[in-house]
Order: sequence, then structure tokens, then C-alpha cells
Amino acid sequence: MIYRESGDYSTTYAEDSQTFPIKFDRYRYYVVLFIAFAVIPLVINDYWASAVFVPFLIYAIAAIGLNILTGYCGQVSLGTGGFMAVGAYSVYKLMTAFPDVSIAIHVVIAGFITAGVGVIFGLPSLRIKGFYLAVATLAAQFFLVWLFNRVPWFFNYSASGMINSPERTIFGYIVTGPNTDATAKYLISLLFLTACAILARNMTRGSLGRKWMAIRDMDIAAEIIGVDPLRAKLSAFAISSFFIGISGALFFSVYLGAVEVGEAFGIQKSFLILFMIIIGGLGSMFGSFAGAAFMVLMPVLLKNVLVGQFGWATDLAAHLEFVIVGGLIIVFLIVEPHGLAQLWRLAKEKLRLWPFPH
Amino acid sequence: MPDQFLFAIEVILNGLMTGVLYSLVALGFVLIFKSSGIFNYAQGVFALFAALTLVGLQNGQIPFAPLINAIFGTNIHKFGWELPSIIAIILTVGVMVLLAVIVERYILRHLVNQPDIILFMATIGLAFFMEGFGDIMWGADIKTLDIGLPQGGSFWIEENTAWMGSDGFYGFFIDKLDIAAAFVAVILVVSLTLFSQYTKQGRALRAVADDHQAALSVGISLRYIWVLVWSIAGIVALVAGIMWGSKSGVQFSLSLIALKALPVLMLGGFTSIPGAIVGGLIIGVGEKLFEFTIGAPFLGGATENWFAYVLALLFLVFRPQGLFGDKIIERV
Repeated sequence: MIYRESGDYSTTYAEDSQTFPIKFDRYRYYVVLFIAFAVIPLVINDYWASAVFVPFLIYAIAAIGLNILTGYCGQVSLGTGGFMAVGAYSVYKLMTAFPDVSIAIHVVIAGFITAGVGVIFGLPSLRIKGFYLAVATLAAQFFLVWLFNRVPWFFNYSASGMINSPERTIFGYIVTGPNTDATAKYLISLLFLTACAILARNMTRGSLGRKWMAIRDMDIAAEIIGVDPLRAKLSAFAISSFFIGISGALFFSVYLGAVEVGEAFGIQKSFLILFMIIIGGLGSMFGSFAGAAFMVLMPVLLKNVLVGQFGWATDLAAHLEFVIVGGLIIVFLIVEPHGLAQLWRLAKEKLRLWPFPH
Repeated sequence: MPDQFLFAIEVILNGLMTGVLYSLVALGFVLIFKSSGIFNYAQGVFALFAALTLVGLQNGQIPFAPLINAIFGTNIHKFGWELPSIIAIILTVGVMVLLAVIVERYILRHLVNQPDIILFMATIGLAFFMEGFGDIMWGADIKTLDIGLPQGGSFWIEENTAWMGSDGFYGFFIDKLDIAAAFVAVILVVSLTLFSQYTKQGRALRAVADDHQAALSVGISLRYIWVLVWSIAGIVALVAGIMWGSKSGVQFSLSLIALKALPVLMLGGFTSIPGAIVGGLIIGVGEKLFEFTIGAPFLGGATENWFAYVLALLFLVFRPQGLFGDKIIERV
């Protein structure tokens, strides 16, 4: 009864085309923002930050990035892990080379560097499509991981081959390094996520996003109606990689602190992010969030229930997780190819008519 | 002859042998792609699952023992008998056929007419499922697979080639298992070709590969053909699993050979059986030679991980359908 557009009059075009045209949605959005920024930081502790919130926020950025490329522009990429590694190693090199510059600026620059790398690996997309492209992006994945593993300049010639994030501050608060407070980790990830989400949302509903979707739906037809495939595809690769780079930079500097590239950014990471957007919903901002939340929460939940409650062996629980994730993907593709986002849309449609559906 | 040159030849020979093993995996992909247009990412996991099942049956392991133990608190592991290899292989073939039926019944049938990429992602999901399922069913520890194939380097070849070089050269080192694999691969390809050329089912298979609707209209059952193709792919996976499993043990990394087969497919074309063979040989030789001449001395080694992909990628930019693939025609 409260979820209605009736009585909600738009008097300007800007009001008419806003992200949340229904008043209830808008207020809910403000409430979510308020809780995320003002309530959770007060109650968060180390366990919740490192097990749930920080990975969720950072993966959500990566999922938004991949969703732009795969969900909006239709170019399947299996190189997400490699691009996250580019972000991580860029921010590491920047942090150690320019210690006086703010970490926030470094993270954004790392995003731009990743965007450049993304464009280079996006070039083949102009010639090859579909599976061939998906396989071609694996070249990026394997080559980049190998590069960061083998060329000592990238990890500053450290003996272990790992990179460790030095301590950096924003406004006097430590945000990276081993002494970081849970609240600081949470807040910086949240700030970046909010900025990225607003940016991505407005990009995807503008002319750029429409071009991407035209390319996704049928690239030859899009070309005929005047969309330049070169610019559309490469901009999708660049912008998607920008977000993925930021997420990789945060994943290394804020979340993990120390990274071994093959372990943290291997092919499994690429699949994880891909699963997030499939389960969440291809071509949907809400889907990126829902998918990230799902894929972060499910292992935690399984582990707590199976290992904590029933006392199963951890490896058995991990295998069961594989089975559940794989099964869910198949079920989602069969039952609801548009993912959790579509379920949410259906629920909203039902809610608008409730309690008198006829 | 200079030793350096002989070493290069040895590298090429070993590359060819590795290439044959890549081709074996790639073959499974091509079969399914040709007949149903599905890019089956799970092919590598099929190989792992087949090898796991084979070892499990041979050793008389109780399926799902880890799960049963965890739920009921029992401590059971084995039936206490061991099966001869040949019976275990036949039973594993049965399991792979059953798997094909289940995949068709519960996945493919529901995804008819979906875009190709959705089907591709479904097979990624299937790969994850099978990986976890195989581990739960048979346990995740590394197992040795021995069905009586010859192992180790071939002394005969070493002794008979040692005269070519100077004192520092002891002859070509070639694994007997690789030779067996090459032999099996030839038999497999020949029998697949004979099957698809001279049997009724084979003709139906080729008809479906050409045109689904036309095949349906002359009374060929698509579902039957799909089950058939997935069964054959399962058997090819079993062969690949036996070869790789005997070589390096049955373990999780076996499923990663699928990733090695992908560049082979890109190079050879997704729809061509000879393409899979030639592509496998090119990739096998190419990556070994690159590692030998440039990778190890100048780039710090381990270039095999990415070289195949970059080679395939560069190749695709000039020929998007691969070496032997069908010409891509696009219409709006």
C-alpha cells in the first residue's frame, strides 16, 4: 500500500528521469545510505569487517565493473582477476614511489592505469566475438599474473615475491597497513563503492550505456544505426577495467594488506566475479550488489553452519560449497537468467498492486 | 650434429607428445560444439571426474564416504575388494553415459533456444558442480592411477639416438606414456571418423551438426543425439583423464587441462576435428620451443602458462574462425 507511484508527481524532466522515480524507493535509498554511513561504522568489529563487509564492498565494485563489460556491453571477460592484479600492483608501485601523495589519489590513478591495460586487451574484441573473446581474455589473465610473478620490478625486488601495503593515512586516520581499524577499512571501501556505483549508474543510463546495450543486443545492427563499435567496445573495456582496477587496488591495500599474485588474483577470482554478476543479474546495478553479497555471505554461512555447528571437516564444507555454487548457477540460468535482480523487480511489481492485484 | 640442435629436436619431440595430450582434451570440446553448439567448459572436469571414478572403482572405494562419515559419524572408506582395470573402465564408461543422460535431462533440455553464452556459463556452473561432487564422492586426496600403461623414459630410443651427438648427449628422452597416448589418440580419431562416416548414428550426428531444424524434420531425435554426443565426449574425457592421470596423478589440477585445451581450440577452430589435432601439436611444440629458446633464458621461465593464449590471440586477430573453422557469416 505504501509502494505506489500515485500521488508522486514529477514537475520537471530531471525529476522524471531520476534513478528512483518512486518516493518509497528514494527514501529507502536514503535510509540505506544513512545506515551504511552512520550506523554500521559505530557497531562494526574486526570479524564482521574482514569476513563480510569489506570483501562485500570491494567485490561489489569489481562486479559493477564486470557488469558494465559483460552485462551491458555483452563482452564476456574471464580476465577480471588479472585486471584486479593490475590495480593492486599499480597502487603498490605508486604507494612506495610517492609516499607523500594521498592513498585515495593513488587508488584512482591505479584505476586509470588498469583502464589503459584493459583497452589493450580489449583490442581483439573488435575482431573476435563470443567464446573466442572469452577465451582470449584468459590470455590477459594468465599473462598478467605471470608478469607480476616473474618481473621483480613489480614487487620491488622483495625476497618473498609478495607485496605488502605500507601504512598510509587519510585525514590522519590509518587506512592501510596492519594497524588499520575495522571502521576505517569499512568506511574507505564504502566511500569508493558509493562513488563508483553513482558514476556507473549514471553512465549506464546515459548515451554511453545505450550504445553499449545496442552493441550487446546485436553489434551489426548497432553499427548500422550509427554506433561506432570501436569506441563503444573500447570504452566499455576501459571503464569496466577502471572499476575493476579500483577494486583490485582496495582489495590489496585495504583488505588483504599482503598479496601473492597467483593466489589472490588467479583464475578463480575471475570466475567468482563472473558468478556474482550471473547470480545477481546481468545488466543491473542492483544485481552487482546482490550477487556480491550472495557470494560473500554464502561461504561464511556454510562454514559457520557446517563446520561450526555440525563439526564437519573444512575441506568437505569447501567441496559442498563448490557443489552448491555450481548448482545455483545452473538453476539460476534455467529458472531466472536475469538473476536476483529480476526477482527483486518481480517483487516490486507485485508490491505495487498489493493488496488488490486485479 | 651440434648438441644445441639436438636438444631443440628433443624439445620439439616432447612438444609434439604434449600436443597430442592437449588434442585429446580439445577433441571432447569439438565433438560437443559441433553437434549442439555448446561450448562445454566442463570437459576438463569431466576428465577429472572420469579419472576419479576409475581410481575409486579400481580401489573399491565407497562413494560419498567422506560425506557419510561426516553425517553419521561412521568411519568407512573401502569395500575391501579391488576391481581389474578393464571392468573398472567399462563401469566408468557406464557412469559417463549416465552423466550424459542426466546433463541432457536436467540441464540442456531446459536451456534450449537460450543464447550461446548462457549455455557456456551453464557449463561453467556444471564444471564447479562436478568438481565439488567428484571430491565429495571420492575424496580430494591425490591418487595414483595405474591401469598397466607403460611408464618412464624409453631406453630403446635413448640408446639408439645417443650416437648422434657428442659425449654430453645421451639420446632423446621420450616418455613411454606419451608414445602410448599418441597411439591411443590416433586410434580414437580414426574410430571417431569411421563412426561418423559409416554408421547410422554417425550420419545423424553430422546432420544435427549441419542444421538442427533440418535434422529434426527428417526424424532425427535431437535428445538422443545429444545424449550420444555427451556420452562420446565423456568417453574421450575418460581417455584424456587416464592419460593425464597416469602421467601426473589424479588430483584437482587435472581439471585445469581444460584451460590448456582452450587455445588449441581457438587455433584449430571450434568445429574441426583435424583442427583440434593440428592445433594441439602447434601449441605443444610452440610453447615448449618458446620456453626453450626465449622463455627460460630471457624471461624468467614458466612462460608455458600464457604463451599458448597469446599465440592463439595473435592468430585470431588475423583469422577469427581459427585454422580450420567454418567461415563466420553474420546477418542482421
